[in-house]
Order: sequence, then C-alpha cells, then structure tokens
Amino acid sequence: MEVLNDFYRVAENPYEYSRELKKSGKRIIGYFCSYTPEEIISASGVHPIRLFGTGGDITLADSHLQPYCCSLVRGALEEALEGRLDFLDGTVFPHTCDSIQRLSDIWRLNTNFGFFADVVLPVKLNTESSREYFADILKKFRLDLERGLGVTITDDKLKTAITRYNNIRRSLKALYEMHSKEPGILSGRDLWAVTRASMIMERDDLLVKLSLLKEALKKGGRSGKSEGKKRLVLAGSVCDHPNVYTIIEDSGGVVVWDDLCTGSRYFEGTIEENGNPVESIAARYAERLVCPAKHLSNTARGDNIVRIVKKHDAGGVVFLLLKFCDPHDFDYPYMKEFLDRENIPSMLLEVEDSLPSEAQLKTRFETFIHML
Amino acid sequence: MAGEAQEKEKRKMKSAKKMRDIMTNYYIEAKTAGETGKKVAWITSGGPVEPLIAMDVIPVYPENHGAMIGASKMGGELCERAEELGYSGDICSYARSDIGCSLVDGGPIGGLPKPDMLICCNNICGTVLKWYEVQARYYDIPLFIFDTPFCHTEYADEAKKYVRKQIDEYTGFLEGVCGKKFDHDRIKEVGRLSVEGQQLWQEVLDTAMNKPSPMTCFDAFFFLALIVTLRGTQETIDFYRDLLEEMRGRVAEGISAIPNERYRLLWDNLPIWYRIKWLSEKFASHDACLVADTYTSAWCGSLKYMDENNFLDSMAEGYTRIYLNIGVDEMIKIVLEMVDKYDVDGFVMHSNRSCKPYSLGQYDIQRAVQREKGIPSLIIESHMVDERSFSESQTETRIDAFMEMIRQKK
Repeated sequence: MEVLNDFYRVAENPYEYSRELKKSGKRIIGYFCSYTPEEIISASGVHPIRLFGTGGDITLADSHLQPYCCSLVRGALEEALEGRLDFLDGTVFPHTCDSIQRLSDIWRLNTNFGFFADVVLPVKLNTESSREYFADILKKFRLDLERGLGVTITDDKLKTAITRYNNIRRSLKALYEMHSKEPGILSGRDLWAVTRASMIMERDDLLVKLSLLKEALKKGGRSGKSEGKKRLVLAGSVCDHPNVYTIIEDSGGVVVWDDLCTGSRYFEGTIEENGNPVESIAARYAERLVCPAKHLSNTARGDNIVRIVKKHDAGGVVFLLLKFCDPHDFDYPYMKEFLDRENIPSMLLEVEDSLPSEAQLKTRFETFIHML
Repeated sequence: MAGEAQEKEKRKMKSAKKMRDIMTNYYIEAKTAGETGKKVAWITSGGPVEPLIAMDVIPVYPENHGAMIGASKMGGELCERAEELGYSGDICSYARSDIGCSLVDGGPIGGLPKPDMLICCNNICGTVLKWYEVQARYYDIPLFIFDTPFCHTEYADEAKKYVRKQIDEYTGFLEGVCGKKFDHDRIKEVGRLSVEGQQLWQEVLDTAMNKPSPMTCFDAFFFLALIVTLRGTQETIDFYRDLLEEMRGRVAEGISAIPNERYRLLWDNLPIWYRIKWLSEKFASHDACLVADTYTSAWCGSLKYMDENNFLDSMAEGYTRIYLNIGVDEMIKIVLEMVDKYDVDGFVMHSNRSCKPYSLGQYDIQRAVQREKGIPSLIIESHMVDERSFSESQTETRIDAFMEMIRQKK
C-alpha cells in the first residue's frame, strides 16, 4: 500500500511538510486541541495544522513553565521558542484546560507568529445558553480571522469547508470501522500515521489519499493475521507514541478503537450541511464525544468508554495518560470504576515526554493481555 | 522574659478569637442543617454566593475546609485516601483531601455536612469542574456550573451575555432545589452587604501600607475566611469593621505585626497552609514582614466592576474578571501596582503544584517584576495542603539566601 507512505511522510515530518506547503504560497495557522473550529480557518483560505509537543529535549520552555506542567504544553512552547515553527503565520488557542489556557498567555507574550486568537469556548455544553455562546464565540472568531488575515469568509466558503471536513471525518471513521472489523488490514501504527497526518496534510489532497487508502484496504490491505489477538481500546488525551501500538501488537493485543483527541474524538460527529454554517459547526461540538475539560454530563465519559468497549467487542482498556494532565487524572478513577462494574479489565500507563523502555512496556502489556 | 511575653501579648490580634467563634458557629449551623431544615450548598471559593444567602441556603466551601485540613496538617493523610481510589498525587491537594474526607468524614471537624446541591464556578480554575463532577457522582445531587469565560485580553460582549443569562439559570436552579421563589428584594440587600463587606476587607488589607505594617499576609490568610464564606451577611461587615478599627488602632499606637520590620515583602499564590506559622516566624527572624499578597485581595479585586445598586447584573462581570480569570499580562500589571502600593523590597512566590492557573505564568511575572522594579524574588514549591510535598531544609536555605540578597540591596 504505497499510499501509506504519504501519510507516514507527513505524520513523521510535519514541519518539513508544512514548509513545503508554505513555499507553494499557503499561509499556515497552528492550533491546539480538537475543539479548534478548523472549518472556519480552512474557509479563510489559510491552512490549519495541529501542534503537538516536541520529540526533543525541553530547555527553553523551562524558563516559562514549571516541571509539573505536562510535556505536551512544555514541548509545544519549546518548539516555538526554538524557532522550529518558523513557518507559522498564526496560532489559535481554543479554551480547554488550565495549562493550555496559561500557555496561550505565555505564547502571546513571548512569541510572534502574526495572527493570534483565543477562542474562549464554554466549558459546559449541555445548556441552551452555553450552546448559543459557543456559536457566538465562533462567529467572533470568524470576524477575528477576517480582520487579522485580511480575508472574507463567506457562507459559501464555510459550507464548502464543512463538506470537506465532514468527508474527512466520515472517511477516518470508515477506516477505523474497517480496521475494527478486520484489524489485520492495517497496523495500529498505520492508523496512527493516517489520523495524525489528517491534521497536517492539505485537506483536499488528504481526501484523495484517504479514498485511495480505502480502496487499497478493500482489496485486503496488509492482509495481516489478527485471529487470537486480544481486542483493546486506548483511552486518553493525545497519543504521541506510535510505538505503543506496535508493542501492544507484539504482546498479543490490538487496538480496535480509541477515546483520544487525536483519534475518535477528532472525527466523531457530523456537521449539518444545510443550516447556518457557524451555528452548525458549534452544534457538532455539543454532540461529539466530550474531552474531560468540558462538561456534557457527570457520567458522559464513563458511559461512553463502556459503550465503545461493547460496540467494538473489546476485552479491555488501556488508559494512556499524560503525566500532569489534570482533567484526565480526575476522570480516570470513575471511568475505571464504570469498567470494573461491567467486568472490563483496564490498565493505566502514565507517560511523560518519552515512553518507558520497550522491554518494560512489553512486560506490562503482556501481563495485562494474558489476564484478559 | 516577662517583657517578652508582654511584647507578644501586645502584638496579638484581639479579633482572632471573635473570628474563631464566628467560624465555629458557622460550621455548627452548617453541620446541623439537617435538623433545622436548611439546605446546604457546596460552592467554590470564587463562586457567586449571594443568591444562596438570599435563598437561606447555607453555603459551605470545600476550599475553606481544605485550608483547615492543611493548617491541621491532616492533608497528607486525607490525600492518601483519594490516591487509594486512583486519583493521581499530582492533582490539586484541596480536591484530593476533600475527596478523601468525604469517604471517611475525617479532618479537623469530622467532615463537611452533606450537600443538597453543588455550585461550581470555574473563574478560579478548570479543576473545580472536575472535582465537583466527582462529588456530584458521589453524593448524587444536582450540580450547577456557573461558567465564566476566561478573560485573556478582554471581557467579550459574547461572554457578558452568556454569564448574565446564567445568573437567571442559577436563580431558577435554586428555585427548583429549594422549592420556593427567588427573593429579588432580598438579593438587593445581600448584594449591598456583599459589596460593603468587600470594601471593608480591602480597607483592612490597605492598612498594611503603613510602616511598620500592623498585619502580615499570614494574618490576612486567617481573617480571609469570613469574606470567603459569609460574604453578603451583616455579621461579616460588623466583624471587618471591628478588625479595621483594631488595625487602625495598632497603627496609631505603633504596634507592628512583627517586632522589627526592616524589610517588606509581597506574597504570591495560595498559602502553604501547613507551614504558615513556620514561614511567618522564619521571615520575622529576618526582620521581614510579608505585608501583602495577591491571594487575599482576590476577594475584593473586582469591586470596580460591582454596582451595589444593580448587583445581579454587575456581579456577572465582577465574578468573571477576578484575579485568576485574567491573562498573565494583566496579572503582571496588578502585581507591579502592589509592589508600589505596599512599597515592598522583595517578592515571594509560592509555586503551587496544586494550582496550575495560579502558578503557570509565574516565571514570566517574576521576570517582569525583576525588570520593572528591580527587586529580588524567591520561589518556594509545594502542594498547598499536602505536607508530604514540602522540603523544609531546602526552603530554609533558599529563604536565607533570598534575605541575604535583600539585605545587600537595601
């Protein structure tokens, strides 16, 4: 499947790809978190890419952020201060957790990428006034973009962007579903590269590649064997470590679905294509699977993880939590309890910027998987 | 020796006993609410309490309770109970100790009265949202979230409209839980009392502008409890009036908070509750008085947005624009103003692992203070009520070195 190489190339070298894109005349805006209304950025003609932490050492960010701040936030700042994001024409911070909130201030005061916007979203999504506010704040963001970038974002452009993103999300979901049905057609690492690249790649090009991939999978994909492998769900915030998938597979398991913001939370939910475009974009977030920094109900995430496990006939859950991630740390005990109640085993893996050694991880996964 | 005891007696705050009595009565009333038929609401420290008072609901503050747990040095043990349930030792120690305390009814007052409802206002952090969700599941009671959009650089019109709407939702929520109509006349009175209480509290804090200062921030940490828990009542006003009189009397008589005030310092962040006495003695031994702090003034810092004649409308902005719900640059502005206002020689920052919105950004604030005012600063790291996280010897060495720098500069 040659098309996979394109995804890997982008997922593994997002900056290189972005610089090339920039040379072709595209302006680029970096964003944090899956609550960024990418459709509006895309409709402005500017290319949105998601920013992650760093693969390297963190030194410059240490003079702005304490060590008890998560590695995603520290790493992102490091990339900015090191000058590795020099291709950016702007940054967008949607309001999510306390750490990203402060990163936004520190970023605004210490970097200069041109356009800057905070999109101060509501934290609750389950009331009429919060949903109305969500739409209001997206309308404000649309104006901010127009003013800041000197562009006009028409309803027609928004509608085109909505269709584009609906197609991307549907395709990603379809791939996940094909993989859940027959895990042998793609490795976990492949799927990681595809979803990761989806947040970076030029989106029309992405759609072409996604359909090529779908065609290849229909012909059997990698035709790997997955019989006897224990089916698992991966839950957490972002997964920056594709090795996790490989080690799980080497240990006799396979990740068949996830509750990650770089996974299913990114592609779940479709935007109504015939309504007021900005209000429809806002409406999706109120329906979509919720991040722990947002409130949908007291039990939304616990109910959901059980639902995912059952729907995908999984035998257990791996919680992959980033150290110092408060919202996830608060949800973990009750989500585990909900799983325990259903006799669904789970294990917790807490990671900082780098994974524990492969041997150690393999032992832990093997022990867990044998228990299932 | 007799002279020393006399000296100590002279310096003692007369209002402290009264304050303890008021707080004891308050907790007794809260803990016997079941017998008096009153409803109990748990509410976050920055939350809009006035509608509760207007509805005769007893507000209880897990954060104030957390402070008491910390001061009693029972935080570590209760945090451990939460950790046994799977909560990470990295999360807020107020939340951990409260979750632990709910399980065992432990702590200095045998636990808080069971709540009938939870009022969570996220103007102080996102952590309270998660913490109150935990308690809403545990007690299986209604949770009202009062969502105050963060003001990085502005209080947007969109946010204004949203917060104002939530005030009506809040009073509607209270009507539902309490089974009676919201009293719109009473809230006007409560609002007026709240504003007056906040003004008095600011005046109390302002007395520290005097040299020597009649009070330290450690005193403010103690006397803060009323403006947090009983804001909007006559009792609070009466108490702070007396306290203000006591402070002014001390100024007139030249009674200083510490024996020889030679250096004046500013404190940032929440107190390290289990080390208040140790820290105050440590600094006093260097003739340094921590005269003011960014924390206790948060309960009167948004007075400029409050209108006592239009309380419900103006409280929307007042509660949204509090110290912790604003951008780092605006915090810097406030800190720089405080440096001048209280004429301090140094800046002590508590880097609080329990509180990310308060602590992340401190390094930038520290640099701005250094740059603009040229005064030394010190960073002390801990978890505010988890005494297991505190290193005494390391802190002591750093305080000594910091004070040496201040001495050389002055």
